[in-house]
Amino acid sequence: MSRATVVDWAREIYEDLHFGAARRWLAEGPDRRAAGYLPVYAPREILHACGFLPVGIHGGGDRLEIIRGDAFYQSYICHLPRSVIELAQSGRLDMLSAVLFPSTCDVIRNLSGMWKLLYPDIYVRYLDVPQGADPAASTDFWEGELRRVMTDLGDLAGRPATDQDLRRSIALYNETRAMIRMLYQTRQERPWDVPSEELYLLLRAGEVIPAEDFLAKAREYLAAIAAEPRRPRDNSRIVVTGAFCEQPPLGLIKSIERAGCYIVDDDFLLGNRFLQHEVSLEGDPVRALAESFARNDRRTSVLYEPDPRGKKRVMPERVAAARADGIIFAAPSFCDPALLDQPMLRLGAEAAGIPCIAFKYSENSGQFQQFREQAGTFSDSIKLWGGTS
Amino acid sequence: MKEALKDRSMVLQKEMIAGHFARLERVSETREPVVYTFVPGNLVELIRSFDALPVLPEINALQSGMRKLSADFIAEAERAGHSEDVCTYVKCDLGMLKSGNISPAGTRLPKPDLLLLSYTGCYTFMKWFELLREEYECPVVLFHVPYQGDGKLEPEHRAYMIRQLREQVIPALERATGRKYDEDKLRERLTLAAQAEDDLVAVLHSAKRRPSPIDGYFGTVYYVGPIFSAFRGTPEGVEYYRALREEIEERAAAGLGPITPDGPLNEQKYRLVVEGPPNWTHFRDFWKMFSDEGAVVVASTYTKVGGTYDFGFRHNPADPIGTMADYCSGCYTNLNLPSRIDMLARYIQEYEADGFLINSVKSCNSFSAGQLMMLREIEKRTGIAGAFIESDLVDPRYFGAANIKNRLESYFQMIDARRAGEAVAV
Repeated sequence: MSRATVVDWAREIYEDLHFGAARRWLAEGPDRRAAGYLPVYAPREILHACGFLPVGIHGGGDRLEIIRGDAFYQSYICHLPRSVIELAQSGRLDMLSAVLFPSTCDVIRNLSGMWKLLYPDIYVRYLDVPQGADPAASTDFWEGELRRVMTDLGDLAGRPATDQDLRRSIALYNETRAMIRMLYQTRQERPWDVPSEELYLLLRAGEVIPAEDFLAKAREYLAAIAAEPRRPRDNSRIVVTGAFCEQPPLGLIKSIERAGCYIVDDDFLLGNRFLQHEVSLEGDPVRALAESFARNDRRTSVLYEPDPRGKKRVMPERVAAARADGIIFAAPSFCDPALLDQPMLRLGAEAAGIPCIAFKYSENSGQFQQFREQAGTFSDSIKLWGGTS
Repeated sequence: MKEALKDRSMVLQKEMIAGHFARLERVSETREPVVYTFVPGNLVELIRSFDALPVLPEINALQSGMRKLSADFIAEAERAGHSEDVCTYVKCDLGMLKSGNISPAGTRLPKPDLLLLSYTGCYTFMKWFELLREEYECPVVLFHVPYQGDGKLEPEHRAYMIRQLREQVIPALERATGRKYDEDKLRERLTLAAQAEDDLVAVLHSAKRRPSPIDGYFGTVYYVGPIFSAFRGTPEGVEYYRALREEIEERAAAGLGPITPDGPLNEQKYRLVVEGPPNWTHFRDFWKMFSDEGAVVVASTYTKVGGTYDFGFRHNPADPIGTMADYCSGCYTNLNLPSRIDMLARYIQEYEADGFLINSVKSCNSFSAGQLMMLREIEKRTGIAGAFIESDLVDPRYFGAANIKNRLESYFQMIDARRAGEAVAV
C-alpha cells in the first residue's frame, strides 16, 4: 500500500465528524459498545477490556460550524468544549454509551457535570488523576479509580472484565504505544520522510478505530515510507509544545512545516503516549496500570511537577532528545494549563540558549498566514544565527 | 465620593487584618514560620497548631483589586510573559511580588517557609504555586482533594485525603516549622473553628427574614473574610463572629436592613441569589448598582468557596484529620455542576428570592465554565428567569459599568413586570 493510500484513508477518518469508522465497528455486532474520552489521558486499556471501543473526542476542529455550542460558553472560554457540545447536541456522539472526562483542567471537569445533565442515560465519569508527589499514595488512589471505572463499565456491558481481559488489553496498548514511539522516533530521525501532517492524521485515525486496525495501518505506513524515501530539505528542527488538549487545525501543522520547520517533537494527542514505558503484564493488571501512571516520568502541564527544577529542565531536555534547534510554544487561546506553564517553560528554554517563539491558536483558526510568517521568520533566524547553543 | 458607611464588625475586621499583616511583617524578628495556602480547602487550624502564620494569596489579590493596585500588578506580570488569557489573581499576586511584595495593607510580606498547595476545586492553584516556587525557591507540599464528580464524597477519596494529610502534609509542616505535630492543639483550634462557624451560619440564615438584615453577597464577603483566611480556629475569630452575630441580631430585631456603603438598605424591593465571585476593582460601584435599586442579595455561592457551613458542616475536633478532609471536599468549587445547581435552586426557594444573577468572571474557569447551562437549568427548575453579567476578579479592564448597569436595570424591570402580571392574574 502506498503512503498516499494510507494517508488518504486516515484523512477520511479525520474529516468524518459523524465518526463513521466507529459506527461501522459498532454495527458489526449487537453487543458492541463505544466509550468516549476527552483529552488528555484516559486508560483506554480499561475501556477495551470491558468490550468498549475507545473513541477520542477532540472537538470539531475547523470543520464544524458552531451553532449550539456557543450558547453554552462565554467568549473567554477555550473553543474545544463548545465544539464538543456541538458534536453532541447535533447527534454526532449518540453512538457513545459512556464518556470519561479526565482532570485536564476546570473546563473539562465542569463539562463532565454538564454531560450528566444533558445526557442522563449515558455513563459519565470524571477521572481525577492523582497529583500527589508520593507514588505509593498516588498508586493506591488511581488503582481505586480504575477499579471503579472497570466495575461500572462491566455492569454497563453486562459482563465484567476479567484480569485476563485486561492483561490482553494492556498488551495491545503496550504494542500501540511502542508503535507510536517508533513513528515519533522515525520522524525525529528522518522528518522529511514523516511529515507531521501525515503522522498527525494517522494518529487521529487511531483515536476512533480499534487499536488492532491502527497497528496494521501504522505498519503499512512505515513500510510505505521506507519504500518511498524523500529528500531532506534545509529546514530547522523544531519542538512544538502546548497543544496537548485542544488540537491545532491541520492547516496550522502544515503551515509550520511549509514555513521551513521540521516538527521533530510535539505534544499533539498526548494521551496516546502519556505512559512512556510498557505496563507490566505480571501480577494484578489494574495495579500494574495504576503503578505505570504513578511512576511515569512524563512531564506535562496537566500534572503537578514535584521537582522544583523540573519546569526549567523539561524543555532543554526535550530539545536535546529531539536534537532540535528551537521551540514553538503553540497554545490554544484561554488554555489554562498551557498558558500558565508557558512562562516557566520558556524561562528554562531561554536560559539554556534555545530560540523560542510563541503564538496562540484556536482549533477553528482559519487564517494561517500569520503563523506561516512567524514560523518562517523563526526558521530563517535559526539558519542565520544558529539554533540551540 | 463620600466616605463609605461601615458596620462595627467591618471596623473590627479591618483591625484584625491590619494586625495580621503587621505580625507578618515582623516575622524576621519573631521567627514565626509562614505558610502560604489557598482559601478553598485551607487548613488554617492545622497551620496555626504549628504556631505558623497563614498567608492567602487570593485575599491579597482581591484586596489589591479593592485598593486599585491590581491593574499595575497585572501589567507587570504580563510584561514578564504571562498571558492576558489567564487568571488575574495569579498575575496580580506575581506582579505584587515583582513590585517589592508590599501587601495591600502597605506592609512587607515575608517569604513563605512552606507553600501548602491545597489543590481544592481549582486547577489554577497548582500552577500558581508552581510559579511561586520558582520565585521563592521554598518547599511545596501538595494536598490533592478529589473533586466531587459524582456529587458526593466517596469513602476512598476521604481515605486518600487522610493519608496525604498524615503522610505528606503534617510531616512537611513539621519540617518547615521545626515543631512537632500536636493533635491536642489541633483539636483546640478545631473547637474554636466550630464555634465561629455556628455564629456565621446564624448570620447567613438571618437573610431569610424580611427585610434581610444582611446583604448575602456584598456584605457577606466581609463577614466571611476572617473565617476564610487567617482567623478560623483562633480566639479573635470566635470573638469576631460573636460580635457580628450580636450586631446582626440587633439589626434584625429592629427590622432594619444591611448597611451598604451608601447607607442602610431598609426598603428592599428585590431579593436576589447570586452565583460567582464579585468584581473587586469596582466593588463599591457594583454594590451601589444593586442598593440604588433596592436590591438585596439574600444568599450567594461565592461566600461558600471557603466552606459550605450553612448546609451543616462543622469542623469536628473528635475527628481532627477526617474533619479537615470533609471540609476540603465540601468547598463550593469542589462540587460538581449538578450539586451547584441544586444549591442555587435551594437558596432561591429557602430564601424566597425574586430572582438570581450570575456574575461570570473571565479569570475563573472553575466558576465560569458551565454557568450558562446553570442559568438555564435553574430557570427550568425554579420557574424564575435569571440574569447573566460578565466582569472579572481584579482586572479593571473587564468591568463595563454601563453595560452591567443596563443589564441589571432591565432585569429589575423584568421582575417588576412579572409581579405586575402575577397581580393581574390574582
